[in-house]
Amino acid sequence: MKLTGAQALIKSLEMEGVEVMFGLPGGAILPVYDPIIDSTIRHILVRHEQGAGHMAEGYAHVTGRPGVAIVTSGPAATNIVTPLCDAYMDSIPLVVITGQVPSAAIGSDAFQECDTTGITMSVTKHNWLVMDAQDIPRIVREAFHIATTGRPGPVLIDVPKDVSMQMMDWYWPNSVDLPGYKPTTVGHPRMIKEAARFISESRRPVIYAGGGILKARAAEALRTLAEMTGIPVVTTLMARGAFPDRHELCLGMPGMHGNYTAVTAMQKSDLLIALGSRFDDRVTGKVPSFAPEAKIIHVDIDPAELGKVRRPDVPIVGDCRQVIQELVKAIEAMGGADSQPDRTEWMAQLRQWQKEFPLHYEQSFDEGGALKPQYVIEQLRDATPDDCIVVSGVGQHQMWTSQHWKFDYPYTWVNSGGLGTMGFAVPAAIGAKAGMPDRMVWAVDGDGCFQMTAQELVTAAAERIPVKIAILNNAYLGMVRQWQEMFYEERYSEVYLSPDLPDYVKWAEAMGCVGLRVERPEEVLPAIEKANSIDDRPVVIDFRTDSSEKVYPMVAAGHSNDDIIVDPAHGEGGR
Amino acid sequence: MSPSAATPAHHTLSVLVENKAGVLTRIAGLFARRGFNIYSLAVAPTDDERFSRITIVVDVESKPLEQITKQLFKLINVVKINELDPDESVERELVLCSVRAGAGGTRGQVIELVQVFEGKIVDVGPDQLTVMMAGTPAKVDDFEELMRPYGIIELQRTGRVALPKLERQAPRLRSVSGKVG
Repeated sequence: MKLTGAQALIKSLEMEGVEVMFGLPGGAILPVYDPIIDSTIRHILVRHEQGAGHMAEGYAHVTGRPGVAIVTSGPAATNIVTPLCDAYMDSIPLVVITGQVPSAAIGSDAFQECDTTGITMSVTKHNWLVMDAQDIPRIVREAFHIATTGRPGPVLIDVPKDVSMQMMDWYWPNSVDLPGYKPTTVGHPRMIKEAARFISESRRPVIYAGGGILKARAAEALRTLAEMTGIPVVTTLMARGAFPDRHELCLGMPGMHGNYTAVTAMQKSDLLIALGSRFDDRVTGKVPSFAPEAKIIHVDIDPAELGKVRRPDVPIVGDCRQVIQELVKAIEAMGGADSQPDRTEWMAQLRQWQKEFPLHYEQSFDEGGALKPQYVIEQLRDATPDDCIVVSGVGQHQMWTSQHWKFDYPYTWVNSGGLGTMGFAVPAAIGAKAGMPDRMVWAVDGDGCFQMTAQELVTAAAERIPVKIAILNNAYLGMVRQWQEMFYEERYSEVYLSPDLPDYVKWAEAMGCVGLRVERPEEVLPAIEKANSIDDRPVVIDFRTDSSEKVYPMVAAGHSNDDIIVDPAHGEGGR
Repeated sequence: MSPSAATPAHHTLSVLVENKAGVLTRIAGLFARRGFNIYSLAVAPTDDERFSRITIVVDVESKPLEQITKQLFKLINVVKINELDPDESVERELVLCSVRAGAGGTRGQVIELVQVFEGKIVDVGPDQLTVMMAGTPAKVDDFEELMRPYGIIELQRTGRVALPKLERQAPRLRSVSGKVG
């Protein structure tokens, strides 16, 4: 069968089971857009290429399947660099297809030409510049294989316009031949035994669960391990929902804005069982004083993470689910729960901290009392189903959402962790809802973030993707404001945004959404209930929140986690 | 850059890569992004046309070797990495050097040194010679030092190439990380 390169490309995507892709056409990708008309794949037309990338990420986050985005050359390719980097940092499987100028024009500074593979080399797991249409099925197959196996990540295929128009003989490869790519999934049996022994000797262990748990679909396995051994679990920002927040062994989020118990449990532990986590600086604080007495078991599918920040005592390269299952077997062979030492003292200590240092905020219902962002989040949490998908941008609202939501199911929390991409929430929520149309999807966004990508609400309205957006509008770039207040003597430099410029309600309405405004605590729940009842278009609620509210607890950048500031209300040093 | 190539801060990596466009860029880009330093680099196809071999001498003062090899290994086109221990490998480097050597003056001395080092005269000018010499990196260093007083006009070294030593038993290659086999 003779096909054009473009037809072969779309057919290859169909062969990979792609159901939806996010994109925006342009000159160099024109030939590829023609067969899209006849394809079974749903194409969602975005308003900016960055939106396409974040939508693909949101889709991948909640479905576990690779997100696909398709855009043209030059500025479209550079616009999608941010989502690629975001996906690279958070190990999200993405396949991005870009158009390129005709191969004969490459290198001539042609109209809308850029060195896409060169620019994206350091933010993709791999990329390809296709020079022969005959290679397209093989490259698409390789691209999906690389994006979804090992440590997942984004890949990019750059297709020159003449290659899209070139005729080729259709085929579909049965397998991939990548001599340099063979990820290790099975953990070393001796190391797993060693890990089991370390666990059975530990008096103060903590499971440090990271995003790798979710990537490996290992939430069940993690629960089995925790319950069998009775070891408490912290879930990093990327792992919220990987272990139920309402579980008695769950300590919640560690790190710079983690709760006191999660942070301090790690600091005082004698064994950290790191599962799919990478000792990020936002978790460790100052590395030399991080968990100084802890031995480390580190399980990761990426061997380069082992020893990158902290040298593990027991390094295990492998898929988290498989390794945890083997670890459970190894502990069972030692006697299961009976092999574990008495840890009542440790558990009592953790309970004591939880009681003494809970998350804290005060919502006043008096006349003139400002609306607290945490109150909004808690109301939203309690008025939505437990499997509601929550998406956030980056900043204070992200930390408050992670702290105050109760994530009881995996894949209900979507956010930008590693790169910290402001503007992530709106498009990622749209992608999530496109992937899980039967689930309620709420984005909790900041006013700064919202303004970066809110044009995608037009996409949501046009494509009938009814996401709901809660803007915690404190009229500031709040996290920067917080740092200026705390570390720059309250010298507020370029952080004020204004609460009503733009008018978010009018903006929402102009984009085909329902717009609501909330200024008083008693208006919060009715507005949320109204939003929940609307299912035919997106809803935006402009919550006017207290600008002076800060995120606590906090470990200042570069400080030891021992210096955690719980809340100024707790007096000197916050302790 | 110190000419003494054999200091402990340097390690030689023999990297087998797929012979595809852009592989060198990927490796160079990775070194730049992760803050690793390349001391020298030599690239050429192997006997198997699907693969090229890159011999990289890395400076491990900035980052530990283990992290460098692990990150390199994540590149899809990198097939195999071996660290070549200087004691268990043969290493060679070639230098081309144009040096002042006037017919009435030092020309005889330069020719004599080239002979001692088993080098070759590859080009002759009125008062310059271009000489070639191949040997271990340390020997090339010595040669360069001895040429310097005569007045080096231009000098080009190839960077190190290396292969494991043949032994009676299998060569004791330390496979740093082996995706293959």
